[in-house]
Amino acid sequence: MKAFAALFTAIDQSTKTTVKTAALAEYFRTAPDDDRLWTVALFSGRRPKRAVTTTQLREWAAERAGLPLWLLEESYPIVGDLAETIALILPPNEHTSDRPLSAWLGDLLNYPSLDIEARKVRILDAWNRLDATERFLFNKLITGGFRIGVSRKLMTRALAQATGQDEAAMALRLMGDWTPQTTTWQRLVAAPEPEEDDSRPYPFYLAYQLESAPQTLGPAQDWLAEWKWDGIRGQLILRGGAHHVWSRGEELMSDRFPELAAATDFLPEGLVFDGEIVAWDGRQPLPFNTLQQRIGRKSVPKKLLRDAPVVMLAYDLLEDGQDLRDTPLHARRARLETLLAGLPPEANIRPSPRIPFETWEDLAQTRNMARDHRAEGVMLKRLDAPYLAGRKKGDWWKWKLDPLCVDAVMIYAQQGHGRRANLFTDFTFAAWNGNELVPFTKAYSGLTDAEFAKITAWVRRNTLQRFGPVRQVKPELVFEIAFEGIQPSPRHKSGLSLRFPRMARWRHDKPAQEANTLDDLREMLALYG
Amino acid sequence: MSEPVLIFTDKGIYCPAGGFYIDPWRPVDRALITHGHADHSRWGHARYLSSDAAAPVIRHRLGEIAIETLPYGEARRIGDAQVSFHPAGHIPGSAQIRVEVGGEVWVVSGDYKVSPDGLCESFEPLRCHAFITECTFGLPVFNWAPQAKIAAQINAWWGANAAEGRPSLLGAYSLGKAQRLLALLDPAIGPILTHGAVENTNEVLRAQGYALPDTLRVTPDLDVKAHPGAMVIAPPSALGASWARRFRGAQVGMASGWMALRGVRRRRGADRGFVLSDHADWGELHSAIRGTGAEKIFATHGYTEIFARWLTAQGYDAQIVPTQFGGDEDTDGEAP
Ligand SMILES: [Zn+2]
Ligand SMILES: [Zn+2]
Repeated sequence: MKAFAALFTAIDQSTKTTVKTAALAEYFRTAPDDDRLWTVALFSGRRPKRAVTTTQLREWAAERAGLPLWLLEESYPIVGDLAETIALILPPNEHTSDRPLSAWLGDLLNYPSLDIEARKVRILDAWNRLDATERFLFNKLITGGFRIGVSRKLMTRALAQATGQDEAAMALRLMGDWTPQTTTWQRLVAAPEPEEDDSRPYPFYLAYQLESAPQTLGPAQDWLAEWKWDGIRGQLILRGGAHHVWSRGEELMSDRFPELAAATDFLPEGLVFDGEIVAWDGRQPLPFNTLQQRIGRKSVPKKLLRDAPVVMLAYDLLEDGQDLRDTPLHARRARLETLLAGLPPEANIRPSPRIPFETWEDLAQTRNMARDHRAEGVMLKRLDAPYLAGRKKGDWWKWKLDPLCVDAVMIYAQQGHGRRANLFTDFTFAAWNGNELVPFTKAYSGLTDAEFAKITAWVRRNTLQRFGPVRQVKPELVFEIAFEGIQPSPRHKSGLSLRFPRMARWRHDKPAQEANTLDDLREMLALYG
Repeated sequence: MSEPVLIFTDKGIYCPAGGFYIDPWRPVDRALITHGHADHSRWGHARYLSSDAAAPVIRHRLGEIAIETLPYGEARRIGDAQVSFHPAGHIPGSAQIRVEVGGEVWVVSGDYKVSPDGLCESFEPLRCHAFITECTFGLPVFNWAPQAKIAAQINAWWGANAAEGRPSLLGAYSLGKAQRLLALLDPAIGPILTHGAVENTNEVLRAQGYALPDTLRVTPDLDVKAHPGAMVIAPPSALGASWARRFRGAQVGMASGWMALRGVRRRRGADRGFVLSDHADWGELHSAIRGTGAEKIFATHGYTEIFARWLTAQGYDAQIVPTQFGGDEDTDGEAP
C-alpha cells in the first residue's frame, strides 16, 4: 500500500495534469503487476463490492477511537468525507505494513466469506498497521466511491506513456467486461495484441456544448443535424450470436433492456451501434421519468416492460464486420440507414432521424420545437469527421435549448463535500403557495467559490434552526434556478420534480416576495411535463 | 448567590465587579485585550489594557489609542476585581486573562496553543474555577503532528523547489503564523522574501526582541529574478492576486490547521498544504482544560455546540458563549 499511497499523495498534491500523468506513468512502469492491474481497475470504476456497511464502519471507528458515535457523526459533515473522517479520528497506528495494494484488495474480496466479527477484527487490524494516508485509501476502498481526481482519460494517457502504446488503442483495450480476477496486467495492458472480447464496446465520443452561434461552424451543408434525445446513451453490440448493451458510464446493461435482444433476429452479426435508449410510445419517446423506472433495476417485471418499453434510436454505426470509426460520418450514416431501413417495429431499433435543413436559420427554428419532439435540443456532427474517443472539440456539438428558469427562495442550507467541504453549497429552494414557502428542489452547483463563500458567511449569520448538518435560514435570498425538464412527483410536497436543477445566478435584485409561485411551476408542468 | 465574575453581553465578555470588557466587539469604556488579531482587538474603545508584549502590535494595527500595559503575571486592581495577563502560546504577546473577584478565579483563554513553538511565550496553565476556552479546532479529527515534523516538510518542499529554480510561495496570516514560519525556516536553503503586510509586523516584533531570520521586503522595484529559489511569505489573500504573478513558476503552499482537511486543501488550490496551527488541537484543548482544574467551562470561537456537548458528557458544567455572529465561524485558510 505504501507505493500506492505515495502515488495518491503525488496526485493529490498537484493541480497540474502533466504532474499527475507523470506520477501515474512512473507508477505504471515500476509497480508489481497485480498492483498496477488493480490500480487500472480502481481508476476505471471497477471496485470490490462493499463488504461492510458504513454504519458498521462508523461504529467500529468510534469504538476504536474511544469516542461516542454522535461525535463522529457530527464531525463527518464538517470533514465532508467518511473515509477521511475515520482516518483522522483513529489513534496513530502502532505497526506498519509492507503488504502490497493487491494483498489488501484480496482481503476485501474475501470479506463476504467471513462473518461480521471476523471482518471487524481484520479492519481494526488494518487500521492499526496503516498510516493516516494509507488508512484513508483503505477506507475509500472499503466504502467504494473511489474518486481521487484521476480521470479515465488521464489514466489512459499515463498507461500509454508507460507502455509506449497508442493512447486510443489503450482506451479500447481497457473497455469491456473485465475485472482483476478475470485478467492479468500482461493480457490487459502489456501484451502486443488486446484480448478477444465479443462484448467490448468502443470508447464513446462525447460532444461539447455549443456556446457560440452555429454560423461559426462554417457552411450548413457540411453538417448533419439530429435530435438530442433525453434518454440513456448506449452502444448495442451484436457479435458472436449475442447482444451486449453498454451505457456511456460503461455499465453492461444487456439484462436490463431485454427488448434490444430482438435486433439479433433481424440483423447480421458484427455490428456495433451508438444510439440513445429511450422509452417509446410507438411513435415518439416518452418523458424521461418513464425511462427512469427502468434504470437501476437489474430485472424487469412484465408489467414494466409493457408500461415502459424501450427502443434504441441509433445515431451511428461503429462496426460492420470491421472497425468503421475512421470512416467519415456520411458513409457510416448511409450504411446505418441502409441496414435499418425497412426493419419492422419489433426489431426495437430504428435510425434517429436526420433533421433536414438548408440554412442555420432554418435549423434554429426547428430547434425551438425540440420540446414538442421530446428532445432536449439538437446535435450537430460534421459529415466528414471520424468517430473519435472521449470529449473532443470540433466535430460534434450539442446545441441545447435554453433551460427553463424560475426564481426561488433559499430555505435550507447544508455544507458541501470534498473540495467544497466547509462551505455551504447544498441548498433547498422554495416557491410561494399563498403565504407559505413550499420546497420544490435542491441545487448545489452553478455558482463560483467566491459566491459560495459569501453565501456561507450569510448562512452563518442567518440560521434560524439546525437539524443536524442542515440549517434552516431566513427566507431572504433569491436564486434563479435553471433546469432541463419538469415532471410530476407525488413523493414531493410540491408534487413535481426538476431535471438537472442548478443555480443560474444569485438574484441580488429580487426580494423574496417576488420569487415564483407554485402555480407558476404547475403551469410549466402542464406545458412541458 | 453573588453575581458571576464574568457575564456575556452583546458587546462581549463583561466583568461587573471591575466594570471592564475582555476583547469586546463594540466600543466600550474599558477593554482588556488578549492579543492583536482583528477579531480580538477592535478599534473605538476609550481605554485599552494589554500585556506589555502585545501592545506594540496592537498600537501598530489600531494607531493612536489610549493603551496601558502590564507585564505577564503582574496583578492590577480594577474596581473590585484583580486582573493579570499570562502567556497563551498563540502568537507573540498573546495572553490569557485571569480575573479574580472575592477569591473566585475565572480565566479567559483568548486564542491559545499548548505546545511551545520556540518563538512566542509558552502557554501557562492557570488554576481557576471557570475557564472560558476557544475551540476553533474542537473536533476529534484535528490532531497536530509535532512542529519539528512540519518544519522538516516545509524545508524539504522549499529545498526541492529551490533545486528546480522555482520560488516557494507560502500563504500565512501576517501576524503570528508568518513569524512562526520564519522562525522554522532553514535560511541556508535560500533567500526569504516577505510581503509588505508581513514585513511591517516583522519590524514591530524585531524591535521588541523576537528573533527572526533576515528577510527582504517585496517592493515594486525588487528584481525577483535576482533571488532564485526564494521562499516568499505572504498573506493568503495576496497569493491569488496580481501581486503573486511576479513569481513565475512558483509552487504555492498554505500553512494552517485547516489544511488537515483534504476538501479545504483542494479548494484553496494550493500545491501543498502544511498542517500548522496556532490554535490548540483536540488533545491540547483537553489537557488545557484539565490543567485548570475548573469544573465550569465556557466554549467560544469554533465548534462550540459540539465541544460543549462533549464536555458535558465528560462531567463538566459546560456552556456555550454566544459570539458576535453566533456560529462556527472561521471558514478556512486562516483562523486568527
Ligand atoms: Zn481568534
Ligand atoms: Zn488569534
